[in-house]
Amino acid sequence: MAKKNVFQEFTKGLWAEVPPFRLVLGLCPVLAVTKSVDNGIGMGVATTFVLVCSNVIISLLKSVIPKQVRIACYIVVIATFVIVVELMMQAYAYPLFLQLGIFIPLIVVNCIVLGRAEAFASKNGVVASLADGLGMGVGFTLSLTALSILREVLGNGTFHNIPVFGPTFEPFRFMVEAPGAFVCLGLMLCVMNMLGKK
Amino acid sequence: MREILKLFLVVALFGMFSGGILAAVRGSTQEKIDFQQLKFVKGPVLQDLFKEASNDPLTDRFKIMDDKEEVTCFVGVFDGTKKAVAIEGFAGGYGGAIGVIVAIDLENDQIMGIGVTTHSETPGLGSRAKDDPAFARQFRGMTMKDLFKITAEGGKIDALSGATVTSRGVAGAVQSVSEMYRRLKPSIMEKLKDKA
Repeated sequence: MAKKNVFQEFTKGLWAEVPPFRLVLGLCPVLAVTKSVDNGIGMGVATTFVLVCSNVIISLLKSVIPKQVRIACYIVVIATFVIVVELMMQAYAYPLFLQLGIFIPLIVVNCIVLGRAEAFASKNGVVASLADGLGMGVGFTLSLTALSILREVLGNGTFHNIPVFGPTFEPFRFMVEAPGAFVCLGLMLCVMNMLGKK
Repeated sequence: MREILKLFLVVALFGMFSGGILAAVRGSTQEKIDFQQLKFVKGPVLQDLFKEASNDPLTDRFKIMDDKEEVTCFVGVFDGTKKAVAIEGFAGGYGGAIGVIVAIDLENDQIMGIGVTTHSETPGLGSRAKDDPAFARQFRGMTMKDLFKITAEGGKIDALSGATVTSRGVAGAVQSVSEMYRRLKPSIMEKLKDKA
């Protein structure tokens, strides 16, 4: 396989097929955890780890897995890595784990992870799958980060827990509540579509 | 038949393999996780409650059995004597269970202070149960015989405005600790004597 192809597999996840905005997949964590920049990045990194690992393992085992039970096998692989991430986060980044809570175990049912396993890793080689997983993961992380910057700065007046506006700023609380997530995501989708049209 | 057996075998192998990996990871992180939980969830609250204690309540702890559940008691040493214990209790709030640590003076069964450990209440409303010291201060000085209820239900605790359910949850958690304490006091005293 040519090098250029691997590079393309990586970059398509960054813009052309960036998961939350272009594929509109995996919205549950996107909406729920982007209250602060730290949470957004943490969730993105956790998902990237699961995506890359499950993509590699599944592409390695694709000839062993019978077609009829492939989904069950994928889920077992994915769930294993998700629990590994959860335990690691509890052991080494406990405050972040407290913030993300239930959304770490929910990576198992994130459509992006299973989607890439089914649509890509089960049909492509290890290197291409690795690039695909990494690209999708980085794209997902960047999207979460962008959304969480917008929400934290407007809704809390802070960036990475450091105040940015000074004491007179009255935070726009709506943005860090659940409905604010929908509005923010909608606006960002709108901008992405406008940029894509040109 | 052979085909089904093969499918069964593949999935079973996957499951066994993943189970093995997880058991290994869990085993190697268990100790670290327990410590992190104590440090980040209960640590700050305990330090605040036992500000004048001469020991570290995080390390001075013991477990006793309450019926079938294990209860962790944290000991506070004041002026050289083991004068207080802190016990955590839970009750339902607005967004899930609220955990409250109650520090109790062993001599007169009075509450020295309470602190919220875990909660998932609304930011800015229910979250004040943890952040607003005036709310927690109301419990100070009450004894284990008191009934912990908010004023709307005939109790003595002024609820946080806009967070009645949360306030009721905190009062409920303190109530559960007081019931636990009354049940367990003999065994707590015994444990403390053993350790001394």
